[in-house]
Amino acid sequence: MEISDTPSTSLTAVAMSGGLDSSVTAWLLAREGRPVVGLSMLLWDHSGVEAHGRCCGALDLGDARRVAQQAGIPHYTLRLDEEFREKVVDPFVADYLAGRTPSPCVRCNTWIKFDLLLDRARRLGASRVATGHYARILEGPDGPELHTALDAGKDQSYYLFELTREQLAASLFPLGGMTKPQVRQLAREAGLVVAEKGESMEVCFVAGGIREFVESQVAADPDRFNAPAGAEPAILVDTHGEALGEGQPYYRYTVGQRRGLGLAAPSPLYVLQIEPEQNRVVVGGDQDLMAPGLRGERLHWIGPAPEGDVEAKVKIRSRHPGVAARIRPLGEGRVEIDFAEPQRGVTPGQAAVFYQGTRVLGGCWIEGRL
Amino acid sequence: MHPVYFDNNATTPLHPRVREAMLPWMGERYGNPSSLHGFGQAARNAVEEAREKVAALLGVRPPELVFTASGTEANNAVLFHRARGGQGHLVISAFEHPSIREAAARLEREGVEVTRVSPAGDGVVPAAEVVRALRPDTLLVALMLANNELGTLQPVVEVAAACRERGVPVLCDAVQAVGKIPVDAPALGVDYLVLGAHKFYGPLGAAALWVHKGVELTGHLVGGSQERRRRAGTENVPAIVGLGEAAAVAREELTARGAHLVALRDRFEAELARRLPDAIFHCQAAPRLPNTSHVAFPGAEGESLLIRLDLAGFAVSTGSACSSGAVEPSKTLLAIGLSPEEALSSLRISFGLFNTQEEVDAFLDALEREVGALRRVSPVAVVQP
Repeated sequence: MEISDTPSTSLTAVAMSGGLDSSVTAWLLAREGRPVVGLSMLLWDHSGVEAHGRCCGALDLGDARRVAQQAGIPHYTLRLDEEFREKVVDPFVADYLAGRTPSPCVRCNTWIKFDLLLDRARRLGASRVATGHYARILEGPDGPELHTALDAGKDQSYYLFELTREQLAASLFPLGGMTKPQVRQLAREAGLVVAEKGESMEVCFVAGGIREFVESQVAADPDRFNAPAGAEPAILVDTHGEALGEGQPYYRYTVGQRRGLGLAAPSPLYVLQIEPEQNRVVVGGDQDLMAPGLRGERLHWIGPAPEGDVEAKVKIRSRHPGVAARIRPLGEGRVEIDFAEPQRGVTPGQAAVFYQGTRVLGGCWIEGRL
Repeated sequence: MHPVYFDNNATTPLHPRVREAMLPWMGERYGNPSSLHGFGQAARNAVEEAREKVAALLGVRPPELVFTASGTEANNAVLFHRARGGQGHLVISAFEHPSIREAAARLEREGVEVTRVSPAGDGVVPAAEVVRALRPDTLLVALMLANNELGTLQPVVEVAAACRERGVPVLCDAVQAVGKIPVDAPALGVDYLVLGAHKFYGPLGAAALWVHKGVELTGHLVGGSQERRRRAGTENVPAIVGLGEAAAVAREELTARGAHLVALRDRFEAELARRLPDAIFHCQAAPRLPNTSHVAFPGAEGESLLIRLDLAGFAVSTGSACSSGAVEPSKTLLAIGLSPEEALSSLRISFGLFNTQEEVDAFLDALEREVGALRRVSPVAVVQP
């Protein structure tokens, strides 16, 4: 398989989680004969929890070390758990407490896998970081561009929208042009110990339910989140503000959620909006869930910011097929986006990512609907 | 150049003579030492010969030695034997090996009180502090002979003498000292002493616990009459034979070995101080092992420096590594009063019998180069001592 970069004599660091994809990445680069060092990140102490299949589990780090031996490369584990808590876990909990549904994998990619790991790799004398992401870095007229993976079913470009061109220039995604079955086949041919491993979980640091995790984090340190450990049941209201009944604490709900509302109604009801200050959860029918657009913050362009409005396809969650839209930057990182068709489930806390063809232009974080 | 190993306090390579002694017991010679037939008798003989060699190194009687699989096992056995029943009091130094610290912590959770005596800034536990911690209900004092990270020697003789007056038994973890310096167990005045083969050119998987005559030790493993019922389980004959041979070699070579190690270390420290004048040598003034240097490089983070050196072909250590290999600030360095930043910028270099002057010279070049490169890539605030 081709890697879109000429092998060089400078050192490349491979981020190794102990999973299939990053293991094959390390093995491919080592096979090319370039100088490679494997780096694993100890991100979260599962304190005794069996954590196989989770990208931050200590058991998987043992697998990473074994794969590195099989590939014949040195491997080191960097302890980054404090940074992970600060940059990923605490904001994740804070988002739930603010009534949002966070996307921790984007934050982890932005803050940990690229900002922090690239910095650590440079300290070790490496000039580039390779990861097992399914995405491609293609050279464009104005520098490196981020593109979707050739295997659309595995594409992970959504999670990478906050990278910069400088980071892309120092990154390698050797799996971007491959399919998962090809990757697994390579692992089998190479006899890698992880060849038959399954997919890692989406939120790797949560061992049980997300809501229980949020509650346990707050209970462990209420001051950190400036929140009481036990929350009152939220009031469920309709779109006119009419109370329909009592529910669970507000942070247990997600916009678009239908199940578990415990309300009797002639047609299905959905969570439309979460209002932590009023301790209210607004519910309504299917039609009320449709939004003509969204308000976003922390707008990020991978290349230079374009002048004026931009037409692009926008994905409002990782598995969203995307919708044609007009992106209207408002300045200071704020943005409004008009969809060509109303979309269901515009969820505060999720990322909206902009595509032109296969190219990722950038994205923003969803504040609310228009 | 071939990779250079300067982590001899973690484990040592096998001595060729040890390997020669072990090989027959991994090939044509075999037998269970408890068996009655000729195979068993030969194996028994090999184990007892090894016991005599270890006894000769320590100046003790062979029946007082119990073979175990590791120093950890031996340390655990003594603590759990002395402090059963969830009451009483233990005194340990704050920088004992984890096999003592964590055994004490477990006993503490079961109700035993534990006093942890901190080392002073020179890396030596003040004997008077240990004595001051003794109580009428003190069950055991644990004090290591040489610290694994700093190499500093501890006042075991003084502490043991004071304990003897009060009838308190003393456990001395001598794993880092045996084979590097002369260790006369009876002269130390302790009741239990632990050594491990792989720290002095013997194999992994064999260690010994010396129990002073008349001192109690209940078997922590039961199910056989091996080791005079103090450690059940079929003896690891090849490893024990290796331990015996390592002890015999150490006894012959100890003086020459010490001189060689001191020469390597002193050259390293003098030359390093000349080339990197801001390097800080920990505990240099204290009595210490001949082979261990502990150095801080202000402004150079130790984890990255260790990795750079490893990539350049030099194996050193930053302190105790956890199973996944991530680096934490060394508890020992924190115990002697260093800040976490200082602790994290330190390396342990432990020389061994097979290291050469040429290796030390090449290492000095690599250190100067990598410390400089690291400081350029990642400038951090320089911590003044």
